[in-house]
Amino acid sequence: MDIKKKQELSEIARRIRIGVVESTNAAGCGHPGGSLSIADVLAWLYFGGEMNVDPKDPRKEDRDRLVLSKGHAAPGLYSALALRGFFPKEDLYTLRKLGSHLQGHPNMHKTPGIDMSTGSLGQGISAACGMAEAAKLDGKDYRVYAILGDGESQEGQVWEAAMFAAHYKLDNLCAILDLNGLQIDGKVSDVMNLEPVDKKFAAFGWHVFTCDAHDLDSVEKAFADARAAKGAPSVIISRSVKGKGVSFMENNAGWHGKATKPEEFEKAMAELNAEVHNG
Amino acid sequence: MADKKATREALGDELTALGAVREDLVVLTADLADATRVEYFRHKYPERFIECGIAEGNMIGVAAGLAASGKVAVASSFAMFAAGRAFEQIRNSVGYTELNVKITATHAGVSVGEDGASHQCNEDIALMRTIPGMTVINPADYTEARAALRAAVEMQGPCYLRFGRSAVPDMSAEDANYSFEIGKGRVLSEGKDVTVIASGITVGMALEAKELLKADGIDAEIINIHTIKPLDKELVCASARKTGCVVTAEEHNVIGGLGSAVAEALSEGCPTVMRRVGVQDVWGASGSAGELLDHYGISASNIAAVAKEALAAKKG
Repeated sequence: MDIKKKQELSEIARRIRIGVVESTNAAGCGHPGGSLSIADVLAWLYFGGEMNVDPKDPRKEDRDRLVLSKGHAAPGLYSALALRGFFPKEDLYTLRKLGSHLQGHPNMHKTPGIDMSTGSLGQGISAACGMAEAAKLDGKDYRVYAILGDGESQEGQVWEAAMFAAHYKLDNLCAILDLNGLQIDGKVSDVMNLEPVDKKFAAFGWHVFTCDAHDLDSVEKAFADARAAKGAPSVIISRSVKGKGVSFMENNAGWHGKATKPEEFEKAMAELNAEVHNG
Repeated sequence: MADKKATREALGDELTALGAVREDLVVLTADLADATRVEYFRHKYPERFIECGIAEGNMIGVAAGLAASGKVAVASSFAMFAAGRAFEQIRNSVGYTELNVKITATHAGVSVGEDGASHQCNEDIALMRTIPGMTVINPADYTEARAALRAAVEMQGPCYLRFGRSAVPDMSAEDANYSFEIGKGRVLSEGKDVTVIASGITVGMALEAKELLKADGIDAEIINIHTIKPLDKELVCASARKTGCVVTAEEHNVIGGLGSAVAEALSEGCPTVMRRVGVQDVWGASGSAGELLDHYGISASNIAAVAKEALAAKKG
């Protein structure tokens, strides 16, 4: 990736993170940790040229679809969608408030740009399979992306869907496994070990790619490889840092599902704003 | 006597007929294509048939994804594994999303027979009717089941349809005035002394009970409530006002199903003496369908007996 594009995408990712911190802070609750860990991947998907979407026509038939199977990372997706122009950025301040279209977990009927309502873990990947299957039935060439959590992948339904996608050779499906290593009760490896997750997906018949979630060159390559891989679905194991970009949230399971207090908010914003001057 | 046919046969036959006119129809199964009779559709339209293996939760999610992409997705399984096992997937991926998924559940109730309690779902209607926006239909016979499925595919949004394993008389086929409308109950026989409200397999029994009661000089009104949600409250209350006492009859736990729905409507709309025939909050068992229905009091004779109780309570 050329330096200019990389700088632009880094800036987008930084602004996505600011949206996450600001919106959850305004809500007084929400899930910043797992939203921050996918910010760079979201920047790539919505701004890197990966996904064919149109904010002016969010439901256009040939669009690429994204299912946020780890629906609690909604603040990250909302922030990306707002930046992409699906709705005004000011809406982010209404997150989780009564009357807002920005529900605690994504709602496909309320928020433009949301392709599937999710939140109950393990279900989004199945819906993504259905979308990919529909594209095959209709001879359409749109792609379907599903963002999975590593904790989420403890759900049996994820593996039911993994079997299904491989059985039906859904090579128009690309799952991104946000491997941030933490879940509510602690480290994934302590709570219920998922490793070796790459071998698990490979054994289920998937193409498996790996990237450093916070290195845009690495992200770009993984998505290019996934797009080129045919005959089976692809999963990108995206090795990430939960809470990435805010020092005190990084690698801290405690920031899975809580918002900043005023002084924490100031510190988080100072760090995210400093990043632009340094970067 | 009308010909006997299982309502699950209607599922297979009507899906196959609809397949010819609805290119957007996709049918899913979880390793039960033959038993649910959706096999008939697979035979004719294999390219629009999706075998999901024994993974009902994923099947419901895949159906939701298909519906989100413009398909009418018909997901089939036994009631136990559709409404029961996949309840939360139905609630979140189909109900909350308001997607165009039809859940077609066969082998409901104790008439599943020999397989026993693990497979006899007496809770599905209770579960499904608590989901906002979910239409719940329990057709009485083959002809009604076909009409119900047709209407469900025509309507927009989630719908749960319940089909039985056992053959039941196809009364509707002999009714020259038969018509089906979602949410509209049907008065099958007018009466003035007691109202019997039936659904699914109990509709035929209720008509038999009418004859038994007639022998004792009791004039029963028989109503077929094929749509449990939305319930035809107007019809239920109008009949209750007329007769002054109501008996419900269902092949389902008396908690949460037709009896509960009618009780809710009556207690709010026109408080009336009522009794509920059905599975009395106990587990099923192995046995033949006929034996089991008798054992749990889901029979014409018990409906008649309970109707007399209700009548006595009315006279107080």
